Amino acid sequence: MLLIPCPYCGERPELEFRYAGEAHVARPADPMKTTDEEWAEYLYFRSNPKGIHIERWRHISGCARFFNCVRDTVSDKILKTYKAGEPRVDLKQFEKGAN
Amino acid sequence: MVELKVTRRSAFEGLHAIGVSGKVSATPSALATRFSFRGDHEAAQRASKAFGVTLPLALLKAETNGTRTAISLGPDEWLLIAEDGAAQLLADEIEKALGTHFHSLVDISHRNTGFDVSGAEAATFLATGNPLDLHISAFPVGMATRTIFSKAEIVLWRKSADTFHVEIWRSFLPFMWGLLEEAAHEL
Repeated sequence: MLLIPCPYCGERPELEFRYAGEAHVARPADPMKTTDEEWAEYLYFRSNPKGIHIERWRHISGCARFFNCVRDTVSDKILKTYKAGEPRVDLKQFEKGAN
Repeated sequence: MVELKVTRRSAFEGLHAIGVSGKVSATPSALATRFSFRGDHEAAQRASKAFGVTLPLALLKAETNGTRTAISLGPDEWLLIAEDGAAQLLADEIEKALGTHFHSLVDISHRNTGFDVSGAEAATFLATGNPLDLHISAFPVGMATRTIFSKAEIVLWRKSADTFHVEIWRSFLPFMWGLLEEAAHEL
């Protein structure tokens, strides 16, 4: 079974987690000032990379916290997890030998 | 005027006893008062005094004192278990201790029910539906966590080397109990 390292609880089985979409998608601070294109971009468009992806997960059947996770979408290997609110990680550190 | 008479029924009514001689047995716990408590560490420390048990600030821990137990479920969430009938008294005490300090206290006495699984094979027995490593080195005495049993969410607390306490939503109990009955045949 895939083990996911929760930043609060440590390594836990994947069955306790829920996926929650791409991470670091910030809601526009003033929605009234955005154009339709900008709003559509925020609502619907995601990067969907083949490779390293930063995404949100929730340890729903554990501590119930949301956290961020760097995962390779090709190998399904989880490279790093960190607490929500912490700055976006620099993906350069994962480039060499990620697969 | 319609007079309502509400009687509290145990969620275990009508369920068969589970036990494999010398290996494992599941024993329903007595009716209890339960609260979900949320707040920061300051709130937890103040609630500790009112509750009579120190709310563990570290994650995945249970603290117990007589009939009362506090389990840390998350960084700002605790499950409080106390003797039956203490709900109003406890709520008043905790509210008084917290004052206007931001927190949330929800009575979940009737939502949850609990039972103990004990015996030499207790960990193996629970591992039939729980994906955690329940070996004593990975899940020591005093450790407690919210987790799952098959599809049902449970709170699992290791009270001693061969005794676990399971907290489960009462509507999920027949589901889990049925799976445990099956598992008992395999021990």
